[in-house]
Amino acid sequence: MRRFLDEWAMLLAALGIFLLCTLVIDNFLSPMNMRGLGLAISTTGIAACTMLYCLASGHFDLSVGSVIACAGVIAAVVMRDTNSVFLGVSAALGMGLLVGLINGIVIAKLRINALIATLATMQIVRGLAYIFSNGKAVGVMDEGFYVFGNGQVMGVPVPILITIVCFIFFGWLLNYTTYGRNTMAIGGNQEAARLAGVHVDRTKIIIFAVHGLVGALAGVVLASRMTSGQPMVGQGFELTVISACVLGGVSLSGGIGMIRHVIAGVLILAIIENAMNLKNIDTFYQYVIRGTILLIAVIIDRLKQR
Amino acid sequence: MHASPATQQQTATGSLRFDAIGKNFPGVRALSDISFTAHPGQVLALMGENGAGKSTLLKILGGAYTPSAGQVLIGEQPMAFKSAADSIAGGVAVIHQELHLVPEMTVAENLLLGHMPARFGLVNRGAMVRRARELLKGLADEIDPTTRLGELSLGQRQLVEIAKAMSRNAHVIAFDEPTSSLSAREIDRLMTIITRLRDEGRVILYVSHRMEEIFRICDAVTVFKDGRFVRTFEDMAQLTHDQLVTCMVGRDIQDIYDYRPRAQHGVALQVTGLLGPGLQEPVSFSVSKGEVLGFFGLVGAGRTELLRLLSGLARHSAGSVALEGRALHLKNPRQAIDAGILLCPEDRKKEGIVPLSSVAENINIGARSRHAYLGCLLQGRWERENARQQISAMNVKTPSPAQQIMFLSGGNQQKAILGRWLSMPMKVLLLDEPTRGIDIGAKSEIYQIIHNLAAQGIAVIVVSSDLMEVMGISDRILVMSEGALTGELTREQADESRLLQLALPRSRG
Repeated sequence: MRRFLDEWAMLLAALGIFLLCTLVIDNFLSPMNMRGLGLAISTTGIAACTMLYCLASGHFDLSVGSVIACAGVIAAVVMRDTNSVFLGVSAALGMGLLVGLINGIVIAKLRINALIATLATMQIVRGLAYIFSNGKAVGVMDEGFYVFGNGQVMGVPVPILITIVCFIFFGWLLNYTTYGRNTMAIGGNQEAARLAGVHVDRTKIIIFAVHGLVGALAGVVLASRMTSGQPMVGQGFELTVISACVLGGVSLSGGIGMIRHVIAGVLILAIIENAMNLKNIDTFYQYVIRGTILLIAVIIDRLKQR
Repeated sequence: MHASPATQQQTATGSLRFDAIGKNFPGVRALSDISFTAHPGQVLALMGENGAGKSTLLKILGGAYTPSAGQVLIGEQPMAFKSAADSIAGGVAVIHQELHLVPEMTVAENLLLGHMPARFGLVNRGAMVRRARELLKGLADEIDPTTRLGELSLGQRQLVEIAKAMSRNAHVIAFDEPTSSLSAREIDRLMTIITRLRDEGRVILYVSHRMEEIFRICDAVTVFKDGRFVRTFEDMAQLTHDQLVTCMVGRDIQDIYDYRPRAQHGVALQVTGLLGPGLQEPVSFSVSKGEVLGFFGLVGAGRTELLRLLSGLARHSAGSVALEGRALHLKNPRQAIDAGILLCPEDRKKEGIVPLSSVAENINIGARSRHAYLGCLLQGRWERENARQQISAMNVKTPSPAQQIMFLSGGNQQKAILGRWLSMPMKVLLLDEPTRGIDIGAKSEIYQIIHNLAAQGIAVIVVSSDLMEVMGISDRILVMSEGALTGELTREQADESRLLQLALPRSRG
């Protein structure tokens, strides 16, 4: 029973906060607000799925916010110049994959600390987003592109569907494939994994490449919702994603992490932010509250381990 | 100045007495009703298999754990240690196996960490170095207090830790496996120091698995088993090795190695003129299928480095390695594993276990990709079956395969890791100190496993610094010293003095 509570505590907490909000906040359960909440979860949720792998392997990736912005800009620019949605989206995803590959190779092969490596790519990619867009938002006219952000399948917005698919797919990948298990083993004890025959470097490169690709996907979805590629979006987004993971119970030092942690963390952050918006709490105070919640969550986690 | 020890210190003198100590962890009773006394001017050995409760007891003494029952008394004064700081203030120093020092800082900084001579927060470096030199005096005069700790040998670091304990003028000093990483010369010095501390009237507790040390240094032995006090032997002259072992495990020592001659068929691994990091001279040898080949030497003789070359962890600069007549060019451990050469590493914590993962994960991690669909989708049935099978074959004591491996005792961790390698097909098994720091019961099981593997025609190379073990299990013994092979002895030729002679560094005059 205790173990059950330990493992599901954060998801239960997310559920509790949700129920509390339905009781005390008017209009919280309204279809429009639920839709907004779902959309708010989507960008963080998609990127958090693969950030989980970075964290579980004992690293993290700061460049994801820039990748999101750059992916949107590249998609918009390429579509403007070629009139092809396919080419635009492919170029954006290709950029994400490339940035991820570079991150992975620099971290795994050249043994550069992930903080420094991704801090560097974060700035480079942000700069490229401004260069490609001339510093201005690039509008998208092609309505075929709008489906990623504004389309619906049986009444469910496409971004939410993509997020759910990501949760399921990456949760499954972590538990039922050698790739997922090797990721955990690398975070738990890299040397032991290497000696046991795990291709440590190759696995790390894949982790970062996939994270870059998925980050770009989140960027495409976001650009589609905004019907433009904007070079300034996603500033500080990487920290929100890492916060969500850690809040849900993923360990910053590697070796501990499950998709339910990610889901819980993303839900809690999004619900609280949504509630604060409905209550018209000043943005400045929202920062303080969000930080406080994160701090309390990691302290509780620490106390639990005693 | 020269007051007797009794008047010099008011707080902590006299005997150390454990009175009905008990310690419970969730679901486990680690210690129950432990009572015994350690007298000043005496070195008392604490012995017992792993999991017998020695480490738990030392942690209680050091203030890391609080006992669930009973109390610790020094000079009949009850001591309620709630933290390491309490324990230090009470005149206790516990010198752990894993040293609590900072490699990036200098020796002086390490020695005075927590009470550096300073004014307004500014450290007085000159005073600090002088004070450090005083502390090292007579203990390790050759260590310069301004060197970075990380540049010292493990043995020297141990001496720094001891100097730190002495700087607090501790009345009770407990050593937890202090010699596991020391050379023979460093051990000699440690013994001299311990004798001196004893003669000053301190209480010394000494935890070790090494019999020869116990008989050399200790004045009495207290034996534990399964978290209980068994008995204390007060008269070392009357005590024999066999008596002590029998008391610890309830079994005769002859049964432990269980050596029986085996058939050998043809060369498995042929090493010719191998050179690489850690080797000073070209190394050539071969090992046959069904043979157990022992490698003896002192710490730093190059044996671990040789195994790293054979397992693809390091690259050789010259020479060749052939497996069953086929030349191998190994670039990484995976290639060695695929060829059938497996290395079970020396440092279980650093290179063996994935501590947060389950026992089943730790067993399956090496072999699973062979059994996964398309090489990546895990096959649930194989995962469950293999974990279950290895746990029972290796006799790993764990409440369930899902238990995190870090909660198992050292011996059970080692057996689980062996299960990891035995899940994979192999031709050559390289074992680096397979029984270091584990109890006699688990050791004997591991010897049994080695014997069975050899009987199946697998070539087993065992690197060990334990003389009795090397002589007990090997068909043939190679000795290394200073990065070179210095001798080869058959099982019949091998005796302690010959092996040691070959292992000791040659004078280079």
